[in-house]
Amino acid sequence: MSTREMTMVEALRDGLRVAMLSDPAVFLIGEDLGIPGGFGGGFTVTLGLSDEFGHARVMDTPISEIAIVGAAVGAALVGMRPVAEMQYGDFVFCAMDQVVNQAAKMHYMSNGQVSVPMVLRLPVGASARGAQHAQSTEAWFMHTPGLKVVCPSNPYDAKGLLLAAIRDNNPVVFLEHKLLYGGKGGRKESSSAAKVVSVPEEDYEIPLGTVAVKRQGSDLTLLANMLMLHRAMDAAQELDQQGVHAEVIDMRCLVPLDMQPLIASAQKTGRVLIVEEDNLTGGWGAEVAARLSEAVFFHLDAPITRVAAPDTPAPTAPVLEHEYVPSVQRVVAAALKLVAG
Amino acid sequence: MTGSDNFPLETAREMYRRMVLIRRFEDHLYALFLQGAVPGTLHQYQGQEAVAVGVCIALRPDDVIFSTHRPVGHLLARGSSPRGIAAEIMGKATGCAGGKGGQMHLTDVTVGAMPSNAIVGANIPIATGAALAFQLRGQDRVAVSFFGDGASNIGAFHEGINLAAVKNAPVIFVCENNQYGASTAISSMLRITDIADRAAAYGIPGRVVDGMDVLAVHHAVLEAVERARQGNGPTLLECKTYRYAGHSRGDPGGYRTRDEVQRWRERDPISHMRALLITERGMAEEELISIENACQSEVEEAVEFARNSPEPGIEETYLHVFKERQ
Repeated sequence: MSTREMTMVEALRDGLRVAMLSDPAVFLIGEDLGIPGGFGGGFTVTLGLSDEFGHARVMDTPISEIAIVGAAVGAALVGMRPVAEMQYGDFVFCAMDQVVNQAAKMHYMSNGQVSVPMVLRLPVGASARGAQHAQSTEAWFMHTPGLKVVCPSNPYDAKGLLLAAIRDNNPVVFLEHKLLYGGKGGRKESSSAAKVVSVPEEDYEIPLGTVAVKRQGSDLTLLANMLMLHRAMDAAQELDQQGVHAEVIDMRCLVPLDMQPLIASAQKTGRVLIVEEDNLTGGWGAEVAARLSEAVFFHLDAPITRVAAPDTPAPTAPVLEHEYVPSVQRVVAAALKLVAG
Repeated sequence: MTGSDNFPLETAREMYRRMVLIRRFEDHLYALFLQGAVPGTLHQYQGQEAVAVGVCIALRPDDVIFSTHRPVGHLLARGSSPRGIAAEIMGKATGCAGGKGGQMHLTDVTVGAMPSNAIVGANIPIATGAALAFQLRGQDRVAVSFFGDGASNIGAFHEGINLAAVKNAPVIFVCENNQYGASTAISSMLRITDIADRAAAYGIPGRVVDGMDVLAVHHAVLEAVERARQGNGPTLLECKTYRYAGHSRGDPGGYRTRDEVQRWRERDPISHMRALLITERGMAEEELISIENACQSEVEEAVEFARNSPEPGIEETYLHVFKERQ
């Protein structure tokens, strides 16, 4: 299998390319996706694809989020597999009816007569742009029956999960953290977590409904997704030096959620720390904590704990944003407290 | 009233039959509703039959329609079974959506009726998306979006029609202006007289059509469909019509006068078509009565079927949330 070093942007672009080459039903729809001389979408993911596939299959739209998602729903209903992009994940709130009342419910309301195989790509995460370009939105969609929710942490997973999402027969909300893109060109996002990794150029899928154990450990379990997975891994290294061995699990798919590896890990370590960039109240971590305590309560040596963004909008000034987004130091401190307790 | 000379007698006759079928179905369902035999709510279509029938008879079997919270007329006009619709409204397993949709979410893909939509205006961008799919695949199929006057003030109307316009999508936007959004007169919520005028803002044709005249609707739709199939883009048709019933169950319509209702009833689409078939096409009254009786029997049989049908199994609650990969 030939591989290439790819950033997450490149891996996502490669995934879209592979999907479009393998199935004429796949097309892209969104703002600024294929304009000559333009951006290639909010973060260059679709750059160059209109040259290869034309402007019909890389469909640029007006600034009309309702129409973007609605058109994707309609196209999916008659057999296409659209991949819709919101320029920023926060903009999806303009189109919530189309996501929640339409995409998510059509299969059910029609008793299975129709289905909505579409992907909705959302760039998420705080990145010094202020509260309306920052939100992590996974919990909103996790709460809606009929939607799948995917949130990769690295280029390899991003490509494999994207291909699986496009070929899934349901609406899939696909979150991409801006600080993990590692985009090249004018809209490069800087972050030490945006690693370049070897990604197969071939067609491969990572099944939805899977989590990934990234690191073995015996003292506590860290559950994290997207950027927070990297914070958790960095924290685990620091904890190692203090003699605390953390297991780290990448929560790369929240719906469907595979609880089994989480249960097994919690039974092994007896302590669980959830790390999320979402706001604390009603975040995905709250649901996971509830399910875990039902499953493994008597195996736990300490309460399940969360490190999350506070219940405030995302502030903009770097010093404030740093306070808002969970840091490695906060994760380490919370882990040490948990282990000591 | 538009003359029927251009139409084959068979088509004109079928238009009449479908309008009568809708009227009888809706009247019968309402009577049952008053007896407590129908769960939930009803949004009835009496008075608007010419729109559904004039539109749907102009379509091919491979075209698709996107209906509203008032979908019975559209589905019957499209040829969906009265049995499946009655059973769906009565919450039975034999309903066209297995009882999971209900009165506002009728679906019958066998006649190209996509899930009808109870969010006002939401099907406008969705129908546009279906039309874009046909365009991408090089098919000459069209999509129809039905919506009411009230939908012309929701954001999805603007976004959906504009997208269809800039992409030349083969979609026909059928606004059924029945004068009221629930209890609110549309005239009090618009500074223009004709919603069709809004088409100019999107650079597409907009036409006011007499929605009480099935032939007028049909002519206008044929033209719009032809235009869409040839790749010339969408059309906005505003069909001026009237709903005889209240907005939904238990709405006596206290916000409108008896005179107003009477004036519209005098232009009843079914009575007018009936007169025209006799005077212009020489149909015998006996033949029309026979059509009407057949419709009545079909409706009564459908309702009987629905009443005798089993309720869905409890396990159905959990099915069709997700579709498995084959």
